[in-house]
Amino acid sequence: MSGGRRDKTGSRTGSKTGRLTRRAFLIGSVAVAGGVAFGVYQARQPHPNPLGGDRPDPAGADDDPAVTLNPYLVVDTDGVAIVTPRAEMGQGVHTTLAALVAEELDLPWESVRTLHGPAAAAYFNAAVLAAAVPYPSWDHGWLAEGLRDVAGVAGKLLGMQLTGGSTSTADAFVKMRKAGAAARSVLVQAAAARWGRDAASLRTDGGAVVDPGSGERLPYTTLAADAAAIEPPADPPLKPRSQWRLLGRSLPRVDMTAKCTGTAGFGIDVQLPGMRYATVLANPYPGGIRGGFDAGKTEDMPGVVQVVDLGPEHGDALAVVADNTWRAFQGAEALNIDWRPAADVTGDSAAMLDVIAASIDTQAPDATPRDDGDVEQALRIARAEAKPMVEAEYRAPFLAHTTLEPPAAVALREPERLTLWCGHQAPTLLRDLAAEQAGLDPEQVDVRVQFLGGGFGRRAEVDFALQAAAVAEAMPGTPVKLTWTREEDVRHDLYRPAAVARCTGVPGRDGLPETAVLEIASPSVMRSFAGRAGLPAMGPDKLITEGAAMQPYRIANYRVVGYAPSSPVPLGNWRSVGASFNGFFHECFLDELAAAGGQDPLAMRLALTRDYPFAQAVLETMRELAGWDRPLPTDDGRRRGRGLAMTHSFGSTVAQVVEVSDGTDGIRVERVHCVADVGLALDPAIIEAQMQSGIVYGLSAAIMEEITFKDGRVQQSNFHDYDALRLAQTPEIRVRILQSGEAPTGVGEPGTPPSKPALANAVFAATGKRIREYPLNKHVTFA
Amino acid sequence: MKPVPIELTVNGKGHSLQLEPDMPLLWVLRDELGLTGTKYGCGIGRCGACTVSMDGAPVRSCSLPLSAVTGAVTTIEGLGTTEALHPVQRAWIDAQVAQCGYCQSGQIVAAVCLLQEYPEPTPAQVDAAMTNLCRCGTYERVRMAITRAADALRAAEDGTA
Repeated sequence: MSGGRRDKTGSRTGSKTGRLTRRAFLIGSVAVAGGVAFGVYQARQPHPNPLGGDRPDPAGADDDPAVTLNPYLVVDTDGVAIVTPRAEMGQGVHTTLAALVAEELDLPWESVRTLHGPAAAAYFNAAVLAAAVPYPSWDHGWLAEGLRDVAGVAGKLLGMQLTGGSTSTADAFVKMRKAGAAARSVLVQAAAARWGRDAASLRTDGGAVVDPGSGERLPYTTLAADAAAIEPPADPPLKPRSQWRLLGRSLPRVDMTAKCTGTAGFGIDVQLPGMRYATVLANPYPGGIRGGFDAGKTEDMPGVVQVVDLGPEHGDALAVVADNTWRAFQGAEALNIDWRPAADVTGDSAAMLDVIAASIDTQAPDATPRDDGDVEQALRIARAEAKPMVEAEYRAPFLAHTTLEPPAAVALREPERLTLWCGHQAPTLLRDLAAEQAGLDPEQVDVRVQFLGGGFGRRAEVDFALQAAAVAEAMPGTPVKLTWTREEDVRHDLYRPAAVARCTGVPGRDGLPETAVLEIASPSVMRSFAGRAGLPAMGPDKLITEGAAMQPYRIANYRVVGYAPSSPVPLGNWRSVGASFNGFFHECFLDELAAAGGQDPLAMRLALTRDYPFAQAVLETMRELAGWDRPLPTDDGRRRGRGLAMTHSFGSTVAQVVEVSDGTDGIRVERVHCVADVGLALDPAIIEAQMQSGIVYGLSAAIMEEITFKDGRVQQSNFHDYDALRLAQTPEIRVRILQSGEAPTGVGEPGTPPSKPALANAVFAATGKRIREYPLNKHVTFA
Repeated sequence: MKPVPIELTVNGKGHSLQLEPDMPLLWVLRDELGLTGTKYGCGIGRCGACTVSMDGAPVRSCSLPLSAVTGAVTTIEGLGTTEALHPVQRAWIDAQVAQCGYCQSGQIVAAVCLLQEYPEPTPAQVDAAMTNLCRCGTYERVRMAITRAADALRAAEDGTA
């Protein structure tokens, strides 16, 4: 497909970009100060160019609506800067995205500079919504592809610049390499023109175009201006994998030195001249009421500048503004507020869990994403013949994210302008909602994304940043940094929902599961999030069953049903979302079926996955890595056991074996083995780190985390009662990476789902106790 | 409490301040002196993101009122810079420890204090000293970096002896 020719003004003429067919995208370039930016044209609908290029948008014929560039790199006289349009929350995405561009451009890794992409719809992430269609990610049939494209178009229209769903690398894998390859092509052409030589005879190396014949070099920096005038190829060829020099290797992370010297800028670290410091105290009863408040004591305190009533749209919060964060905290503590629960609040978590469980009996299913064989008949026969059955109810609690950087944002309101600084996973969503709140156009709101001190889904939420904007609205011209206390964070999270699974299974004559039914009930995260974000909620909520429905097992009668009871608790995306409880439900249930059928858990899974070679490879590798067939040592008087779990989520298949020992001091988690098939491994050290991270996050929840409600308010408040694993409790974690594909799949989240069931299954193996809810420390003691 | 004159030494530099004696050291560092490398995580001394060194001992600056600051304070900024890294920072980079990075200032300061007290720490000593919370779960590489840093510090000592 041609990108069209350029006329004298640089506009594209005769372009066919308006008729982009599905999954096609065009590489383009745009002149910027001192050089040229390269990226892709992709959206059917125009999005403003976030770099503000001085070349007019390529609008042309009637059938050719304007399209703009999503810039991925800028070449100028300073060198090459790679735009990384995704939030860096620890997952190493800046490094891997930069490597995609640097690979094609033959840049020395030491010379790579990265720019955080500004909030701009041009960075939409089609892959996020493409993952939300009800087909297994390994199914590349026409139907699944077609649906993914429809969802992807919706993603473009929503203009989401979302970092989440473990999709960043998959989304960028082709686009960013193409942008690098296009830049390379143009730079080579510029050098060829200068030298009067054939472009095909030139090579690139070390950030320069090289003539192998003469040994002459022209650095990209000196070619940038010339390159801006040359039309880039729309579909440049990519280096074959065999020639990769950076991709597939563990690279030093681009953010590492800053993060080890205290110089990395997080949202909470932004300092501006004349800045004031604020905090909030929000209503501890979700949906509760405020009788009144007395801010007199606070207003008399040293350093307190102002108390701002943010009102019901901001959690009924009062903001205290002071000349230092601690004085703001002190001021907030001194507020006297008459808060009460909403009149109809029933608000105890035990009762909420019972309501969730009851929905399986009282509600129509939200979706039945898997229904193989004839479950009704199989269960009828099993009951008639009094076959041994497994009938179990599993429960999972509400959870908080507790990112170590608490919610924090800096806001500055000026005439016709609002600027926000914070770490955020969805900056375009934040921009749009902040604009609406301030009565501005989205173009008048500038969201400057900083490093995120943890994301895990919490920083896809706009609450804290909109509060900062509201405080700034009351103090025009004064920059305000709003910092939540940890107590506010724990009490005002958007929680991982509680969930209940009713599981019914029957082992067959051969001991393998013949029938498996999971009825899963959990309030809808998708609807809760969409409601807050003003987005349409599309169809059934696939998140309720993800991690249970599309697993690579064949069982003759196999059904997974989702129920979506309503909940008074505001809900959010928590690392791996639905799979964070479904991995536990599904894999503990399979462990029970293995025990009931007298099967070895690994051998049984090998038998059930025979249609799925990638899953077989993961399990076979695990057998070897974990030494599965060797008995565990028994010489120290501790009872030992291992547990296995495997979950396919975010396109990746991850199996884990947890080893525990039980002694007089309680249960110790001794070791975790992890085998992850990530399709194609772009940076093994980052993938290893993400698996370890996902496992520690999952084990922390499995062992000790729980948010409970009493009389309509959250009972926990800080790390003394909502803790997580520390170094001393963290086991050795061995990771093996497999690559069964041609493109990368998710790594940030898939490590979490199998960790909880692998631990629970290990506790069963060591102690004989089958625990069907977490946190497990409600039932057993951990050392 | 009413502000009083306070003398403070941070990263080798003296500061004369007029502040409330009950103000925690963390907020003096971050909001009064602009040293934002030290982080707020919990305010109750449980997470360790605010860890700084006071005369070589690790302290939780979020819970240490100014009136209790009795020695010279060293923060992450005082350990080393990008151009002149402290050996522990070097080891942290070599082991590629950080993910989100928010807890790492506190982790690194805690490790520096640990290695000053125990140049060759046992695993139990590492477990006891490194109580800092990391929500990204970088603990495996924290252990690796401490081992590397101990080796590097010992090698440097041998070299100069």
